[in-house]
Amino acid sequence: MMKKSILITVALLLVFTLAACSAPQAVEETAQTADAVTSEPAVTESPSAEKVQLTIAAAASLTDVTAEIAEAYKAAAPDVELTFTYASSGNLQTQIEEGAPVDIFMSAAQKQMNALEDEKLLADGTRSDLLENKVVLIVPADSALDITGFEDLATDKVSTVALGDPASVPAGQYAEEVLTSLQILDKVKEKANYGSDVRQVLTWVESGNVDCGVVYATDAATSDTVKVICEAPEGSVKAIVYPVAVLEQSANKEAAMQFIDFMKTDEIAAIFEKYGFKIA
Amino acid sequence: MDFSPLWLSLRVALLATLITFCLGLLAARLVAGMRRAKGLVDGLFTLPLVLPPTVVGFFLLVIFGKNGFIGQMLAQIGAPVVFTWQGAVIASMVVSFPLMYRTARGAFEQMDQNLLAAGRTLGMSEWRLFYKVMLPNSIPSIMAGTVLAFARALGEFGATIMLAGNIPGKTQTVSVAIYTAVQAGNWDLAYEWMGIIVSISFVTIVLMNAWGRYGTRYRRETEKEWH
Repeated sequence: MMKKSILITVALLLVFTLAACSAPQAVEETAQTADAVTSEPAVTESPSAEKVQLTIAAAASLTDVTAEIAEAYKAAAPDVELTFTYASSGNLQTQIEEGAPVDIFMSAAQKQMNALEDEKLLADGTRSDLLENKVVLIVPADSALDITGFEDLATDKVSTVALGDPASVPAGQYAEEVLTSLQILDKVKEKANYGSDVRQVLTWVESGNVDCGVVYATDAATSDTVKVICEAPEGSVKAIVYPVAVLEQSANKEAAMQFIDFMKTDEIAAIFEKYGFKIA
Repeated sequence: MDFSPLWLSLRVALLATLITFCLGLLAARLVAGMRRAKGLVDGLFTLPLVLPPTVVGFFLLVIFGKNGFIGQMLAQIGAPVVFTWQGAVIASMVVSFPLMYRTARGAFEQMDQNLLAAGRTLGMSEWRLFYKVMLPNSIPSIMAGTVLAFARALGEFGATIMLAGNIPGKTQTVSVAIYTAVQAGNWDLAYEWMGIIVSISFVTIVLMNAWGRYGTRYRRETEKEWH
């Protein structure tokens, strides 16, 4: 009796393992045929043609707007399939340096793009500035704290501040610039809770578990459970520019450039502006 | 190099292990003596071991957060745990509890039940039985459970970062510090932390194993003398 149940268990495990192994294999095969297609984007209708796969590493603050742009691109180029991966720009930079199969990099700061350019990982002539943004100070919507500006972060009114990790999150770097220009960086650092990307900072403020946080104006606009107190003071932070580039390792450079050009059209500019971005 | 993550990790892990040690033994004794709802309660206590740490962290955040059941009570007495080192202790404690509990329970159920029966005929209360008979006879397993619990508490990451966040100097444990360093591309720092934590973990486990063996050997030798 015991032997039989052991046999059955082992048999089931084998079946599951085989099923698990074959599933990703099927996915792999379709991906390989897609790469085999020439990078010339097919304008002609061919319903059974293999799709061009583009992987785009985008900064976390671009999460919502790129979803809408991807929808719009489906109509413009039905044979191109876009896959977005979101994280902090620093995190994405590390992933790309370690060989992540990415075609396009949309960073929230020049620093990460510069690093990749220095390492010769960008395709020549494909880098350009796409968007501009602003950082704002936010509090939970039901906050009763009397905070009126960035200066209040150094006072006792505030016990925890959510910031992006300045080592890898551009929003954190910009926040540090603002705080440095106001000369309160050291005081605020003692109460800083570092998020791994700007959306985590937003979530923390939304949850009410921190007193306030610094995110992009565009992130604050996506949430109705936070209140914007103010923008970064004039001149406290250098221009916040989002560069974009195609990576040298990409097997679909032409399709990638076409998508970047698509993002620069007036139609898409309107979508960006709807979310609060400025066109660079 | 800023060593605050190390002191923080040790402080959190030691405190969490201490709490887990007490609670785990009590829970094991409770379940070992149960008859009816044993499976259900055991499942509940073992759950944090099986769940992904991020799920545990999310669950703790919901309970202890500003809008959570326990969180609101704590906020009223002015002691919130979210994004504090106490939160890190709670997170580590919850994930290491099942390890202590299961090893202790296994020991209690496998020990010679005749000893307990003998104790009861001699009129020992259940508490004295637990303290004087069950625990001393389960020392090797309890040591093993404690080592596992400490190791788990020291290495906890997912639940910690969700409940305690990443505040350098206050809640940035070594595991969080390594994560932050790798995210920032600061591999040198990550390597340094890795070396430190591997050494500490290894030494701790070797020491505790040696201690456990010493305790058992001493007992065995003393028993030989009595015969």
